[in-house]
Amino acid sequence: MSGHRSISAEVAIIGAGPAGLACAQALKKAGLRDIVILEREAEAGGIPRHCGHTGYGLAEFSRLMTGPGYARRLVDGVAGLDLRTKTTVLRLEPNGVLQITDRDGPATLSARAVLLALGARETPRSARLLTGARPWGVMNTGMLQQMIYLQNRKPFERPVVIGTELVSFSTLLTLRHAGIKPVALIEPCHRITARRPADLITRFCFRVPVLLNTKLHRILGTERVEGIEIDRGNGIERIDCDGVILTGQFRPETALVVPSHLALDGVVNETGTGGPVIDQFMRCSDPSYFAAGNLLRGIETAGQCFREGRAAASNILETLRGNLPPAPAYIPVTHAEPVAYVYPQRIDPLGTTDQPLLFKFRAMRPARGRLQVSIDGKVVWSRCIQALPERRLAWHLPARLLTGAQNVHVEITGEKPSPAR
Amino acid sequence: MAEIDRSDIVIIGAGVVGCALFRRFALMGLKPLLVEAGGDILSGASKGNSALLHTGFDALPDSLELTCMQAGYREYLEIREHLNLPLVESSALVVAWDDEQLTKLPEIVAKAHRNGVGDVREIGRDNLRRREPHLADTARGAVLVPGEHIIDPWSAPLAYVHQGLAHGGRIHRRCRVTGGDFNGDHWRLETTNGEMAAGLVINAAGNYGDIVEAICRTSPFKITPRKGQFVVFDKPAAALAHAIILPVPTERTKGIVISRTAFGNLLVGPTAEDQEDRALAEVDQAMLQHLIAKGTEMLPALAQQTVNAVYAGLRPATQFKDYQIDFLPERHWITVGGIRSTGLTAALGIAQHVAALYQQRFDGTTTTRPIWTPVPNLCEYRERPYQTPAGGDILCHCEWVTRQEVEQALAGPFPAGDLGGLKRRTRCMMGRCQGFYCGAEASRLADERWSANNAQAAS
Repeated sequence: MSGHRSISAEVAIIGAGPAGLACAQALKKAGLRDIVILEREAEAGGIPRHCGHTGYGLAEFSRLMTGPGYARRLVDGVAGLDLRTKTTVLRLEPNGVLQITDRDGPATLSARAVLLALGARETPRSARLLTGARPWGVMNTGMLQQMIYLQNRKPFERPVVIGTELVSFSTLLTLRHAGIKPVALIEPCHRITARRPADLITRFCFRVPVLLNTKLHRILGTERVEGIEIDRGNGIERIDCDGVILTGQFRPETALVVPSHLALDGVVNETGTGGPVIDQFMRCSDPSYFAAGNLLRGIETAGQCFREGRAAASNILETLRGNLPPAPAYIPVTHAEPVAYVYPQRIDPLGTTDQPLLFKFRAMRPARGRLQVSIDGKVVWSRCIQALPERRLAWHLPARLLTGAQNVHVEITGEKPSPAR
Repeated sequence: MAEIDRSDIVIIGAGVVGCALFRRFALMGLKPLLVEAGGDILSGASKGNSALLHTGFDALPDSLELTCMQAGYREYLEIREHLNLPLVESSALVVAWDDEQLTKLPEIVAKAHRNGVGDVREIGRDNLRRREPHLADTARGAVLVPGEHIIDPWSAPLAYVHQGLAHGGRIHRRCRVTGGDFNGDHWRLETTNGEMAAGLVINAAGNYGDIVEAICRTSPFKITPRKGQFVVFDKPAAALAHAIILPVPTERTKGIVISRTAFGNLLVGPTAEDQEDRALAEVDQAMLQHLIAKGTEMLPALAQQTVNAVYAGLRPATQFKDYQIDFLPERHWITVGGIRSTGLTAALGIAQHVAALYQQRFDGTTTTRPIWTPVPNLCEYRERPYQTPAGGDILCHCEWVTRQEVEQALAGPFPAGDLGGLKRRTRCMMGRCQGFYCGAEASRLADERWSANNAQAAS
């Protein structure tokens, strides 16, 4: 193939957000220099780049930072490395081979190890199958924040905000920054998803009504949004508004992973993370690929993505040193309803000697009971929990428990009905 | 007094039919004016169809619709390389899911043969399974229609407009015709852009066809828009069906179709819901879930696929089965109404038919060498700009649309007129993220371009 460019590197990192940049920085600190970081956007930094408000960096850099400040700090941390923006990965191929394209056209990049740090995005209007017309003015927080913080544009004057996850409150801060007064915050559940007192702050500091037990019934307007209809259980009401912001319901950005050879943990959201299957070393089903950050399961804080990126770096270094050979077989980690997912989804039995194993979990619906972990049918760990769909829980298991194990199973037992409030 | 905009022919409505008429009359040397109420071409019925090139195998025998479809099909194949229009040669299968449907297959084959589509034939269950291994076990047999293909609904009309413009035609967007009268020699049309004079008016107003017709006469037909909702699945789903999967039709509708799209997705739809409103094409959660359930019944692996986009289109149905094409020479008026879902295929054939009607009564037409105006390729099954060394960087990461493609769609003599138009010309913002990543940047580029245009127009 004449003219087709070939590039090689020890490590390729796809995605220059908190996870990817933290990994690159850790590899750099360990003395590795032959690293390529690929970022499809024009600027590195990931989602924090357009979260103009504060709330970042306390754990990582010991000071409270804004999203853009945090993003700059992350980018500064990889100074001297080959960071390529406006570079898109088109295809993941076995053994760390990537088909990419940039302003000079298509190329092949071969790496000994690849980190997938592709992030997550909110579920758009279409995939939520929302009823109504399809006018301009319906958007996710991602687009809203780019318009307001990066472009200084005001898409509407009085939108409604759908959802009450943490990101929904980030949306409120974004709107306040632009001088936009939201009409209401709408949540189908009987309580807000983010931890209290976010709802009280919303009511009293932002003076935005929070409508619980309220479903978005229909979007109105032909050219632009003119209003919405809501269902509060006793008939349909209309709210006038000129925008609808669909917040949260993050999904891993798996567009590259789905058509690839890598195993996924559930494609459609309900069960499974929706991200790639990993082992305790964050290795995918092809051991030359690692995954970290929000690609693993939808949304967590930037701080957690940062820590995962760093953890992935030490696993990548061990692999490059030959200390992490591919496992001949894996111990599967299974789960039962209402557990939505547990990751890592499988355990490399050869790697269970020293470090405790970290598991992460989420429920698919509100549930109270005992979260319990069994190994080959024997309960080895349990804890009383009160789970909410968007609340994650993590726990450690001593690695020695896994020696010779065939199966790890996670379930919620003794479930009590969830309280009304 | 403002100067009156004069032209030989005014075509009302820039749907696919209006665009094809515009091209045809411009090629005849007549310098037509195309007026469109929406912000860009294809703002109405033509934006939401199933994007298929039909053979006419199941059309009403001896109908004008069949004649126009088959003429349109032939001309599309003749001109598509000159205009860079895609063709995904997929074939179609009319699948029988029970014994009763199985008994209807021979009728379908007989009708196809009667309609001149001689290569249509019945295939057995094993043959069907080999062709479409992902179909549910309950599929009993099928009729194979080798000539049914997938095209892209937006490139062709755009190419027709470009060619019409190259041959001296003009187009006004955001220009709604509100009334008019005929003085025995020409029409004076009232529009939202002022008064216009036209030697001849062609009504191709789609869902507004009967309202526009009332300018000339009591409309012989009434439009009852028939809504069709669609679900578009993400790219991996396209591997689940090679052919277009059609159901055995009922009296009322052709039923729910599963088809790949030229953009590399898989589409399930349409529904058929009559409504009064001519503009509002709402989607409905229960109906979308129904479509997904129906699709999954036929293609079980669809349960593991994710939805990219949903849309609804309004088809201009009338009380008649056939097209309503009428020439009123004394009134200098041509009616082209009731063109339903087959319009994408038939448009070029309708234009031929209307041109012939015109030439029977009027002269002044000339034949010129066509100027070809190829359009950018949107089809996933052919090389796209991002795959070429000169493509530049990518702006829309889901559909892999380059920044250059977006900039080009906003530049030139006929730039995109609104965001819907920009999406249809480039595919940007139409992928799985629906603008989460690129929506801000794409809409900024568009707004910049449009405010520059407005400033220019104002100065």
